[in-house]
Amino acid sequence: MRSVSVDLNNDASLLIDIPDALCERDKVKFTVHTKTTLSTFQKPEFSVPRQHEDFIWLHDTLVETEDYAGLIIPPAPPKPDFESPREKMHKLGEGEATMTKEEYAKMKQELEAEYLAVFKKTVQVHEIFLQRLSSHPMLSKDRNFQIFLEYDQDLSVRRKNAKEMFGGFFKNMVKSADEVLISGIKEVDDFFEQEKTFLLDYYSKIKDSTAKAEKMTRSHKNIADDYIHISATLNSISADDSTKVEGRVASDQELKLTELLRYYMRDIQAAKDLLYRRARALADYENSNKALDKARLKSKDIPQAEEHQQQCLHKFDKLSESGKRELTGFKGRRVVAFRKNLIEMAELEIKHAKVSNIMTGSHAERYSYFGTWSGDIYFN
Amino acid sequence: MADSTKDPPPGCADLQELEDAEELFPEPALTVKTEPSASEPASLPAEDISTNSNGPKQDLLFDEDPEDLFAEATEEVSLDSPERDLLLSDGPSPAITPITPPTSVITPCIGHAHDDMFTHSSFDEIEEEEGGDLFDMNISVSDPEKVGDGMNAYMAYKVTTKTSMSVFKRTEFSVKRRFSDFLGLHSKLASKYLHVGYIVPPAPEKSIVGMTKVKVGKEDQSSNEFVEKRRSALERYLMRTVKHPVLLKDPDVLQFLESSDLPRAVSTQALSSAGLLRMVNKAADAVNKMTIKMNESDAWFEEKQQHFENLDVQLRKLHASVESLVCHRKELSVNTAQFAKSAAMLGNSEDHTALSRALSQLAEVEEKIDQLHQDQANADFYLFSELLGDYVRLITAVKGVFDHRMKTWQKWQDSQMLLQKKREAEAKLQFTNKPDKLQQAKDEIKELEGKVQQGERDFEQISKTIRKEVSRFEKDRVKDFKTIIIKYLESLVQTQQQLIKYWEAFLPEAKAIS
Repeated sequence: MRSVSVDLNNDASLLIDIPDALCERDKVKFTVHTKTTLSTFQKPEFSVPRQHEDFIWLHDTLVETEDYAGLIIPPAPPKPDFESPREKMHKLGEGEATMTKEEYAKMKQELEAEYLAVFKKTVQVHEIFLQRLSSHPMLSKDRNFQIFLEYDQDLSVRRKNAKEMFGGFFKNMVKSADEVLISGIKEVDDFFEQEKTFLLDYYSKIKDSTAKAEKMTRSHKNIADDYIHISATLNSISADDSTKVEGRVASDQELKLTELLRYYMRDIQAAKDLLYRRARALADYENSNKALDKARLKSKDIPQAEEHQQQCLHKFDKLSESGKRELTGFKGRRVVAFRKNLIEMAELEIKHAKVSNIMTGSHAERYSYFGTWSGDIYFN
Repeated sequence: MADSTKDPPPGCADLQELEDAEELFPEPALTVKTEPSASEPASLPAEDISTNSNGPKQDLLFDEDPEDLFAEATEEVSLDSPERDLLLSDGPSPAITPITPPTSVITPCIGHAHDDMFTHSSFDEIEEEEGGDLFDMNISVSDPEKVGDGMNAYMAYKVTTKTSMSVFKRTEFSVKRRFSDFLGLHSKLASKYLHVGYIVPPAPEKSIVGMTKVKVGKEDQSSNEFVEKRRSALERYLMRTVKHPVLLKDPDVLQFLESSDLPRAVSTQALSSAGLLRMVNKAADAVNKMTIKMNESDAWFEEKQQHFENLDVQLRKLHASVESLVCHRKELSVNTAQFAKSAAMLGNSEDHTALSRALSQLAEVEEKIDQLHQDQANADFYLFSELLGDYVRLITAVKGVFDHRMKTWQKWQDSQMLLQKKREAEAKLQFTNKPDKLQQAKDEIKELEGKVQQGERDFEQISKTIRKEVSRFEKDRVKDFKTIIIKYLESLVQTQQQLIKYWEAFLPEAKAIS
């Protein structure tokens, strides 16, 4: 279900998908399936089991690769989070005695659906990550990416050990210092100036929208749960079906709107990261300029300073060039994705409202015919 | 129960026959009715000649209307008169031969079950055939007005009655009442009718917090909501009270509806001595209830009590769920509004024009939806939740009535035991030479015998009343719920239709993004 991104995976030379996944307690094992016509791979078709940590490793490796500094690295998929349904399941178990059998069965059903939705979501997010990589002209050729797809042994040896993880944490701290840097640097290029302003602003807005959308869908879920209790107590058909519909509206909205927002929130973060890297490059370049001037003043180490300056300039130019390309492509991608998702969301809302209407209407009719008679059944 | 086997006590019969002669007129109309309507006005049991009742005697005023079935209320009839039994052909005792032509619908079966076999339409027919006075009354409670200032302030409500019933002097009239007046009315009715088995609708609950806010003059939404909630509850209370055929004729009720001045009911204050006394009594009752172990010879009562216990549990649960639903829907509305604002801001910072417009549209749609949610929450509340609350309280009143029956039984048993003891004592005295003491004993025994008989009559009276009340209650309950649920479902349908409209309007906007 490619609800968030636009049709990736159309390039037949490298097709990736996650056809199934296993959930073992906290760990999810994904089966990554690749079909390729490229000669760089040993086989035309193969599957490997991968864990979430493997995806993170791949992402971080790409981020740390200098050559990709000018690219928007697709955001890492978030860790599978079964906390919410698991907690609910636990609470349900505790409250089992207070409910009727039917009510309990329904609640359990709802929870299982929620569990399934979380599961589907996480599979999808991991899949999209890989497909973004495979459709990117540069990243798809990355050696580590290939290893990830092909290597049929456990990748844990190559994964971050504790030391590296600490390094990663440190890097994040440095990044926030970069945010200060980025706002301080005088931008030489209009395009980037605009992009910077836009992305910073947009990021905070989309983060806010995501949070609000999540709250909305949580409320929807609460209402669906209430209807389950009510219908169980009423013990009738009329409220019964409306719970399913209400519940489903909640979980579909979850997949559409919230996921859209959440995904692009992360994507924009990735775009921002590109800007940071470029800003750092610019800062380096400016520093190298200063160093060159100092060297010239002192008449010492001039060739190294010049070399260094050239390198910085070169890096900066490269970043700017590819950054421009990436960001433009990103914008286009974003607009298309939003369009697709908003349309699908609206269509779903309409469909559900119509279905729910038909059901509620028919129940009202049925109720009015069998009024007194069925009324007694309800309340006995 | 074995009503028909007892002979009427000598004194009453004459009085009865006089009055019954009048009643024989409307009988043909009565007899075509089916069982459930027998529980309607025609079947008013007379008031018991018990200590506190002052109601029925005053009803003699309405005796002159032969057509008016309510005139039956004037009878001070003992339960055992055979004519009475014929009129009040009630469910379960097969010994009674009703003067009813064989109508297929009549089945002498228990309590509520036969209510349900009739379709709605036959109910309507029944109600129309009740002779003279159709139940045609509409009471509205409106225009809440704050009177006074500070802690002595109160809300005055306008109570308007529109009716064509003959028991009222005018067809439309209104009075001003305050909340304590309603409580006073209820407390009077409760003291007159509860202990003889009538289900008196409980008054809306007091709320110190809510009222204090209003008194203090806080003109915010929560105090407005509180006043509206109370107004609606008072209206339902009055309508329920007058729908009860016996209560409708009660002079206190009539006075409440009609007279412009009403003595202030002071004993309803929460912290008054009367209030404290009530609390003590309630506690005592609870203890007593546990100690009375009644020999239930009538399965009907046992079954009914169980039924109401279950109903009570279910309704409370349902009420809690619906309250939670209202709360969550209000939350949803708040969250939707917040999301709408956020989406609008997102749309503003979006630089792609079409997408920006679409996002702004999305924000607008969500805002409208928020309003929808609010309205739906109101419907949830006023239609559903309040009704359930009313019924939870009503069921408590029903259970109270059953408890009174137990108490009546206990009283009867107690006097029977006392009689037994006195008889034994008398037997002993026979062998002593104390003539005056013996005479005294004999007198006491005579008195006690009367008491025992009265106790038994009371018990059977209350049992009979309860049967009728319960079947009337059940019929009303089913009708009430049905109406409300249909209304509620309709409101759901409407909400969904609006949702469809909104999203269908948004769809082209989303498609227009390029």
